[in-house]
Amino acid sequence: MPSTAVRPVRIVVAKVGLDGHDRGVKVVARALRDAGYEVIYTGLRQTPEMVVDAALQEDAQVIGLSIHSGAHMTLFPAVIAELKRREATDIILFGGGIIPDDDITALKKKGVEQIFTPGTPLQEIVDWLRKRLPESAV
Amino acid sequence: MGWSWWSATTSPYASWASNDLTSDSDLLARFRAGDVRALARAISLIERRDPAIREIEESLRDSGRAPGVAGFTGAPGTGKSTLVDAVVALLRKKEESVAVLATDPNSPFTGGAILGDRIRMQRHALDPKVFIRSMGARGHLGGLSLAAREAIRLLGAFGFDEVILETVGVGQSELEVATVADTTVVVLTPNLGDSVQMIKAGILEIADVFAVNKSDIEGHARVVTELRTMLNMGPKSDWKPPIIPTIATKQEGIEQVWEAVVAHRRHLESSGRAKELGEKRLRDETAEVAAELARRRARRALDEDPQLAERLLRDGTPYRTAEEILSRTDNELNDER
Repeated sequence: MPSTAVRPVRIVVAKVGLDGHDRGVKVVARALRDAGYEVIYTGLRQTPEMVVDAALQEDAQVIGLSIHSGAHMTLFPAVIAELKRREATDIILFGGGIIPDDDITALKKKGVEQIFTPGTPLQEIVDWLRKRLPESAV
Repeated sequence: MGWSWWSATTSPYASWASNDLTSDSDLLARFRAGDVRALARAISLIERRDPAIREIEESLRDSGRAPGVAGFTGAPGTGKSTLVDAVVALLRKKEESVAVLATDPNSPFTGGAILGDRIRMQRHALDPKVFIRSMGARGHLGGLSLAAREAIRLLGAFGFDEVILETVGVGQSELEVATVADTTVVVLTPNLGDSVQMIKAGILEIADVFAVNKSDIEGHARVVTELRTMLNMGPKSDWKPPIIPTIATKQEGIEQVWEAVVAHRRHLESSGRAKELGEKRLRDETAEVAAELARRRARRALDEDPQLAERLLRDGTPYRTAEEILSRTDNELNDER
């Protein structure tokens, strides 16, 4: 099958919880778009249920969460629980935000595949996704 | 036998798909059970022209019914998504289930896209009777209209009463939508430009209903007047597109827009246009599918037959080469869609 026939990988990016800082997520969304991904941005103040529901309706392979509110230890696990409840744990979950190293370790253990902290070059995020989804047509 | 073999061995998505919904029967069963994810996955199959979708569509032929299809189009920033959101709210009040297919442009350079129409429709999140799917406008081999038609059929089979297609009217995509929707609503706002812009864009021809949104800002009366003048100058027809002022953010004028859509639908039925359109569309779709089959066949022949490709490059004869490819009887292509 020629690569032109393959649909781009779809990624839902979202802000969860009471956190209005969306500059970062928009910059990341743009970088992913420029890397050839189809990015579905769902906007601010999403609940974990809304994010997972959007990912299911959009048939997204990846969810990217941006959290700057400090509530990451609650919100990431809530999204994971919701993914389990909807039998969608095959969806890759990654995130970004101001998150301490110890918390990153803990979150990775819970099932967040990768977390990018402020200052991460955008290319690093793209490279990680390419490596994680090598079969994708990007 | 084609597709299951195909997807298991050569699909670039094989590993991704292996988590669940691996076989057509699995996907079908879950689709029939009302699993939203199965519907979403089936639409993905359409989007990437996976041959598997053909069998799924055939099996679902008798499920559900044909939903009503309304298209909303307009320039960026006219408030289409907000208007669609308001219409969805109205339809939900009437206890109808609604699916929204929202398209946004893809980058012509990378194929990537930011699909942001969901942002304006957040209040319908978690309503199981509302399904929202974003589609990149490009990347459909058979064009957006082909993908939209098939998606609409699936949405009908899934049980949705109404389907709303939303497109950015900046190029061909809104014209394609006009060939899919029963009724096309063109969304305008004041201060979009003078009346010449309206003729230029060709929007007069595709509109069955006009919504002049943001009608609380200055200049709205002028848009309505200009539109009316333009329409009166045009050829007489038995349907005169109504012009409806709306303020989507305040849910104003939405009932009138929907009444106009329903009135147009009734007009199509009573005038016999509906039947005519349905038949024409089936023919058009068949021609589109045939074109796509031929395109695939040509690409593949050129990829796999170096001699043919060499001759083409040497002689520079695309017509003759295309005819040669199409006249070949090549049964192994039967699996391809």
